[in-house]
Amino acid sequence: MLLNPALLISAVLFTIGVAGVLFRRNAIVIFMCVELMLNAVNLTFVALAQNLGMGGQVFVFFVMAVAAAEAAVGLAIILAVYRHKQSVSLQNMNLLKDG
Amino acid sequence: MTGSFVDFIWLAPALALLGFVLNGTIAFVRPNAKTLVSVIGAGVLLVAFAVALAVFSAFLGLHAEEAVVFRYWSWIPVGTLQIDVAFQVDQLSLVMLLVVTGVGSLIHLFSVGYMKDDPGYARYFAYLNLFVFFMLVLVLGASFPVMFVGWEGVGLCSYLLIGFWYGDAANANAGRKAFIMNRIGDFGFMVAMFMIFWATGSLDFATVFAHAPTALVPGGVAVTAITLFLFLGCTGKSAQIPLYTWLPDAMAGPTPVSALIHAATMVTAGVYLVARCNLLFAMAPISSEVVAGVGALTALFAATIALKQWDIKKVLAYSTVSQLGYMFLAVGTGAITGGIFHLATHAFFKALLFLGSGSVIFAMHRAYHHTHSHEDAQDMRNMGGLSRYMPWTTAVMWIATLAIAGIPPLAGFFSKDEILAAANARGHAEPAWLVFWGFGLVAALLTAFYMTRLMLYTFYGPNRTGEKEQAHLHEAPWIMTGPLLVLAVLSAAGGLLNVPELFHGGARLRHWLEPITQPSATLIPEVPVSASSEWLLVGIAVAIAVIGIVGAWRLLKPDRLVPARSAPEERGFARVLKNKWYVDELYDFLFVRPLVWFSRVVLWQEIDQRIVDSAGVNGAARGARALGWANRWLQTGQVGTYVAVFVIGVLLVLWRALG
Repeated sequence: MLLNPALLISAVLFTIGVAGVLFRRNAIVIFMCVELMLNAVNLTFVALAQNLGMGGQVFVFFVMAVAAAEAAVGLAIILAVYRHKQSVSLQNMNLLKDG
Repeated sequence: MTGSFVDFIWLAPALALLGFVLNGTIAFVRPNAKTLVSVIGAGVLLVAFAVALAVFSAFLGLHAEEAVVFRYWSWIPVGTLQIDVAFQVDQLSLVMLLVVTGVGSLIHLFSVGYMKDDPGYARYFAYLNLFVFFMLVLVLGASFPVMFVGWEGVGLCSYLLIGFWYGDAANANAGRKAFIMNRIGDFGFMVAMFMIFWATGSLDFATVFAHAPTALVPGGVAVTAITLFLFLGCTGKSAQIPLYTWLPDAMAGPTPVSALIHAATMVTAGVYLVARCNLLFAMAPISSEVVAGVGALTALFAATIALKQWDIKKVLAYSTVSQLGYMFLAVGTGAITGGIFHLATHAFFKALLFLGSGSVIFAMHRAYHHTHSHEDAQDMRNMGGLSRYMPWTTAVMWIATLAIAGIPPLAGFFSKDEILAAANARGHAEPAWLVFWGFGLVAALLTAFYMTRLMLYTFYGPNRTGEKEQAHLHEAPWIMTGPLLVLAVLSAAGGLLNVPELFHGGARLRHWLEPITQPSATLIPEVPVSASSEWLLVGIAVAIAVIGIVGAWRLLKPDRLVPARSAPEERGFARVLKNKWYVDELYDFLFVRPLVWFSRVVLWQEIDQRIVDSAGVNGAARGARALGWANRWLQTGQVGTYVAVFVIGVLLVLWRALG
């Protein structure tokens, strides 16, 4: 069946997403990596839905809806940060650290 | 509910409370509305007195043998302990009710004149009304806890009024001393209450006294402990040895306060308590002996101190302690009527003495105020010859002096004679009481002596106030002399309350109080005394009073006195008496200093500073700071680091959960 390859692809995609979040500095790229992780999870849901019922597929719609909302908010925040700092690099976002 | 005016007994305390609320409000809103304050302050008391009289006559109409109890609401319902807010009207509480509202009204009226120019006028009357409220709760309460509320409340008002002029540290300290001394006594009262509940399962007077004969063994440890703890409460509130030292200091308050609280009413609460519990005390012979012994000793001891005091109010204060000793001698002997009788007559003549001295101080103070002099307006060495300026005050003071000395037919004669006769009668069966009787006799001699001394130094001989001041010495206004005259009539005629059979009187107070004294009277067999020996006792008492008065008049030379400013130090024994037998110094050495040392060195410097502050509070703070300093490197401020840590954490959790 197609189950194992699908889960494998999903795992690879998720790992790429995590690695991107961890090691990239550009906020846009990190944001895209987050989306990649979400979609990797979506793929898992759909793949497992074949054996375990329709619940997984329905859940994917919810994840997509939330991801869309998150994209809107996240991009707006990045835009605001860019206006403020003239940069979207995470290294410049260190207001929490004193001094 | 009885369907008569007795049902309205709640009006008396409610009126006093209303006066407190109104005057208290005025004290904040408009402190200078003195006319309004006077009308409210004295008015509520006069109405309360009218209520008391109406209740009294309605009670007479009921012909009640038992106490009438009014339960208003449930206060502390805990399992088998059911305490109601309840008032009890019976023969004893009615006597107290009439004394408190009657003498209280007169003293309120006197205060209108005495405190006229005081900036704290409204506050003063608010406190005074509050005091009357609590005093009425004390005497009307139908159970120990309700009485205790009044007991504590009057203590609070006493504290507030002693320190009324709190700008002077000495006055504030005197208030605190009274408060702390009373706490020691209150501890005894509370322990006694716990033990009474434990023994009888109730705290209502009626239930306790009904169960006591079966629940407690006469002469047993339990009843002896209960009564001794109760008496500890009395020694605090009623200024008996060993807790009496606060009362003389309490004279720091305004003089009408001394008259009302520290002579006529509050300090007699202990006598009332013993009279109320006469059954318990009759069941505990040892306690009775302690009560009578302490009373007799206090009567004598305080009288010796009064011999050498120069402050006119201090003389009266020690005199009060001494007279309270007589009352305890009476109730300890089982002569409950004698104790309550002396309580009532003492309320009349001691209130009169204090108000009379207030009138003198008022005049002295005004005279010194006119000349901007800072002499002591209460020191008898600055007085002398005042009878020329204040004839009315002198006359009424003489009546009170003769009454307290026990000259027939004035009030004090009958009551004091009854106490001494009772002590002597019991002495036939138990010799200890003969000693107490002897103490009482000597105290009577000293009483006559120091009171005559007070009169002689204050009102006779040359005037020592000062040349300029003499022109300003006047009699007090009528609002002050009026109450004095009423009290003088009461002091003269108060003995009619209870003229004994010996003088073909009806002994009305004795018969009136019989329902109260009945339970203990059956336990203490009355010793029959023949009429001839009674006459002998009366003769001795009167002779002693006359010796005291004449002796003082002959021995003391007021013309040799010099004003306080230039007076020489006392020498020898006189100095010991003037310094009050150094009891205050002894207490200071035995209790105050060790306590201060223990508090300062052990509690403060060791436990508080070293252990609690250094190790506890600051130690915890230092520990938190060190922990924070050690973990600072975790906070890089880089989002990337946080995410990395987060991912590592998730991986660890997954590994633990799945592996």
